[in-house]
Amino acid sequence: MDYSMQDLMAITAMQGFAGLSFFSVLLLMALGLAIIFGQMRVINMAHGEFMVLGAYTTYMVSTLAAGLGPWATEYYILLAIPLAFLSAFLFGMLIELLMIRHLYHRPLDTLLATWGLALIMQQGFRSIFGAREVSPNTPSWLEGSWRPTPMIDIPINGMAIMALTVIVTLGVVWLMYRSRWGLRVRSTMASREMSAAVGINTRWVDRLTFALGCGVAGIAGAAFTMISSTGPTSGTLYIVDTFLVVVFGGAGSISGTVVSAFLIAQGQSILEFFLGSSMAKVTTLLVIIAILMMRPEGLFKSKVRR
Amino acid sequence: MTDIKKPFSRRKLLKSMVALPIMASGIAGSKSLFAKPATSEINTTGLAVTDDTVQVGILHSLTGTMAISETGSVEAETLAIEQINEMGGILGRKIEIITEDGASDWPTFAQRARKLLREDKVASIMGCWTSASRKAVLPVLERENGLLYYPTFYEGLEQSPNVIYTGQEATQQVLASLNWLYNEKGVRSFYLVGSDYIWPRTTMKIARIHIEQHLDGASVVGEDYAPLGHTSFGSMINRIRLRRPDAIYGAVVGGSNVAFFRQLVSAGLDGSNQTLLNLATTEDEVLGIGGENVEGFYSSMKYFQSLDNENNQEFVRAFKARWGEDSVIGDVTQAAYLGPWLWKEAVERAGSFDVEKVTAHSPGIELNQAPEGYVKVHDNHHLWSKTRIGQWRRDGQADVVWESDLIEPDPFPEGYQ
Repeated sequence: MDYSMQDLMAITAMQGFAGLSFFSVLLLMALGLAIIFGQMRVINMAHGEFMVLGAYTTYMVSTLAAGLGPWATEYYILLAIPLAFLSAFLFGMLIELLMIRHLYHRPLDTLLATWGLALIMQQGFRSIFGAREVSPNTPSWLEGSWRPTPMIDIPINGMAIMALTVIVTLGVVWLMYRSRWGLRVRSTMASREMSAAVGINTRWVDRLTFALGCGVAGIAGAAFTMISSTGPTSGTLYIVDTFLVVVFGGAGSISGTVVSAFLIAQGQSILEFFLGSSMAKVTTLLVIIAILMMRPEGLFKSKVRR
Repeated sequence: MTDIKKPFSRRKLLKSMVALPIMASGIAGSKSLFAKPATSEINTTGLAVTDDTVQVGILHSLTGTMAISETGSVEAETLAIEQINEMGGILGRKIEIITEDGASDWPTFAQRARKLLREDKVASIMGCWTSASRKAVLPVLERENGLLYYPTFYEGLEQSPNVIYTGQEATQQVLASLNWLYNEKGVRSFYLVGSDYIWPRTTMKIARIHIEQHLDGASVVGEDYAPLGHTSFGSMINRIRLRRPDAIYGAVVGGSNVAFFRQLVSAGLDGSNQTLLNLATTEDEVLGIGGENVEGFYSSMKYFQSLDNENNQEFVRAFKARWGEDSVIGDVTQAAYLGPWLWKEAVERAGSFDVEKVTAHSPGIELNQAPEGYVKVHDNHHLWSKTRIGQWRRDGQADVVWESDLIEPDPFPEGYQ
């Protein structure tokens, strides 16, 4: 089959966008975990379930909005995203209070406990929302595609997720590196005793950091309702990719997470285009394993003092 | 022949009373319809049959990933059993259900099946959904001599004396739909996509052979598989666009289904400009995908909830009355509903609950009043059935646009392996 120059240009443009779109999905998933795992060294196996919590919050808002009239179904998502953040944030805080804070010096036990939490949350979702997958109605302004030329289709929901990712990333970076609170978080991670000695309430810092990570996961969940459906066990689909991004990037640095998400997303989507999805996944994993063997700390070395 | 009767339908009740004398003379081994046969006569293998009851197992995933899909089957089997009980049960025995949870975990399925057969001694099991769970249960069934009614459409290449397959095997679903695309839609180039596991791979193997060897002038321009649970289809969609196929022929399942369709539509490929037929999309999935994302696309199934016939209207009404107005009924749910009725008929023909006698009397059973219409059990334990093409509407239901003749099940298709 022969292709015109225009065809190839169009495909290249759309393929570039597919990579960017996958990048923003991966980054949004991984940001929350980068905060929790990177800053606190807590391996939160229930991270995917916090995303699902955000997704179900979005679903509930959309169901309620459907009763209010057509304008509500168009714009519910603008309210759903902050609410998804809030519900995951508050639940994260509760979990920190009841469970995580007792396990700070026992990383393997945290792994097990949060995995248990993940199972409990899954069954909770199933009992409340039923076993079937649900998906909120997409507002019509997020449907369809943008056509700069007759041959190029850029999905609008992809652009929306990209924009959201930029906002959330900038927000997190500002919080961690530009705000007083971020300074306290980083100082607590550098030296807990010293920070406590200068009057930082390290308990609250821990609690808020964990809750923030969960809240960001909630936002990710809300965004994913635009591209995929939500079921009680959807979280298990996200967790592997999420850890991959954070570990590959080098725990402890947000920029590492950004770079790692970008490399994995572009690499995988280019491979996917030439090899097909399954082989692309295999190849990506092999490359990552090889790189991690050479650089066990990930791409960016962590600056956390042990 | 048996009628699937609704307990409260007076007209049907009258019809069945007219039929009684004929049936009484027809059923071998039953001395009189109104005197129950002795338990010792109808149960020589120590099954859980008493003078008043018989126990049956339902074995599906109530928890875990597959609960999404299997819930509908549990509901349909329960409904069928309740209806049979309202009509007086089987051989005068009321059916009692023992529900076991396979928990989306294949070894658990095997272990629960062993428990049902060894400890509970159930007379039959309605259950399993994925091929993996069926393969795990199969050796247990054969060792303990149990009987399984399996509802899912699947890849074929299996025929066990201990299983009755109430869903379609691959050739029934695939060949008819490919021929339809070729003849009715003028499709000459096919792009095959699927999730990466046994059912889509086997199905697409059959599809490719059929396209290349039996459809004159047609070709496969691409074949792609995505890992289970894959949610980023951007690159795959670009690959498809580059080849510009007349039709996308899909076997994408589960949560991936939703992401696949949504991204396809938001990339500008929708029912108005792209012919697409996905094998694994039922009303259940459309609930999650959203009607607006599948509008105009096709599925090939033996059953759609919108089938316009009296049996089906009655079935949909009863199902909604029992499980809620919002329930949707997919292909597998309907196939699961057939299980208990096929078993009832086989037991009554055999005049016994003994598994060997029941399976021996199964081939040749005809159900006239199945929601999907007429079905018949083949010697190979699969069902003769019709294949339908449904075109999805925005409200999540399908318009049936084409219907095949009755298709013979062929689990080991010659020349397709």
